[in-house]
Amino acid sequence: MESVFGLVGKDFAIVAADSSAVHSILVHKTNEDKIMILDSHKLMGASGETGDRAQFTEYIQKNVALYQFRNGIPLTTAAAANFTRGELATALRKNPYMVNIIMAGYDKDIGPSIYFIDYIASLHKLDKAAFGYGSYFALSMMDRHYRKDMIVEEAIDLVDKIIMEIRSRLVVAPPNFVIKIVDKDGAREYAWRESIKDAPVPGV
Amino acid sequence: MVGKNCFAIASDRRLGVQLQTIATDFQKIYKIHEKLFIGLSGLATDAQTLYQRLVFRHKLYELREERDMKPETFASLVSALLYEKRFGPYFCQPVIAGLGDEDKPFICTMDSIGAKELAKDFVVAGTASESLYGACESMFKPDMEPEELFETISQALLSSVDRDCLSGWGGHVYVVTPTEVTERILKGRMD
Repeated sequence: MESVFGLVGKDFAIVAADSSAVHSILVHKTNEDKIMILDSHKLMGASGETGDRAQFTEYIQKNVALYQFRNGIPLTTAAAANFTRGELATALRKNPYMVNIIMAGYDKDIGPSIYFIDYIASLHKLDKAAFGYGSYFALSMMDRHYRKDMIVEEAIDLVDKIIMEIRSRLVVAPPNFVIKIVDKDGAREYAWRESIKDAPVPGV
Repeated sequence: MVGKNCFAIASDRRLGVQLQTIATDFQKIYKIHEKLFIGLSGLATDAQTLYQRLVFRHKLYELREERDMKPETFASLVSALLYEKRFGPYFCQPVIAGLGDEDKPFICTMDSIGAKELAKDFVVAGTASESLYGACESMFKPDMEPEELFETISQALLSSVDRDCLSGWGGHVYVVTPTEVTERILKGRMD
């Protein structure tokens, strides 16, 4: 089952997600990137129904870009989170998206922030958040080890501890994880944590 | 709860998904205007959507009428909005508290499809509502001053949520008089 988790550090935010794409008992691929980079300073880690996840995150990414084209300035993280919640809430009673989202962003005057948005459009700003079966382990590890204003190394250490815990204690544990970070220099991929490597796809 | 020319409205602070607690600082009481507050218990997403719709409607009302909505009028608005969704309801139970004409305290609660329940003393809503009814009934006295009202509502809230596994993680109390609004956070059993 899919896990996503995120936490806020001193002047950065980290989101980590597993990278397995599963259909019933079959693992299609183990290097699926579930953390979408929305714009220069925003990340959206998503878990849930595969099609909904891919479509909905791309929809949000394009709308965030559209706002910037139309208005000349980028959305704040809070605004993007509220927009996402609005889209999920509108669809909820017609054709719900089964996607749980952790949105992380860095705003110049506010600093780093993460927003928890579950699939029924409940929105809350948090310092640490997690979804999926992995959340039972992630939240407990974060409750124990998380402190405000951690530096990157300490936060990555905590993320690694959480990944170790998920790998060792969850029965259908995902083998690989991707970690992305957002800080004043922007949103970017930080690392992969792989214990199984897919065969490389031959270039066309 | 109603006091002497004042009222108090209180909520717990838990945001949870069944057995898992997501946050312990979730706001459930919203200010509509200086003398009108609404607390929304139930499904968080519907509480947020409903609050956004109510703020929208109240801002329009303020623009047109050039004054704030009376609590009685607001309660009717909430009731209408909820009943609109009679066959696909918002899963929220609102508690409305305000100071009406001549700063007379007004409180009411509703079920999720807008059945208003007015009361002169106290109203309750949420998963711990049965405990709250008991606690408020025994602790309430008419015409309490703001300080005593704060103590009473806090004790009633904390003792009731301690008996409910889905409520708790602190309390949030607003005491509103004609001249000021006092907001306090309670520390209760954090479990």
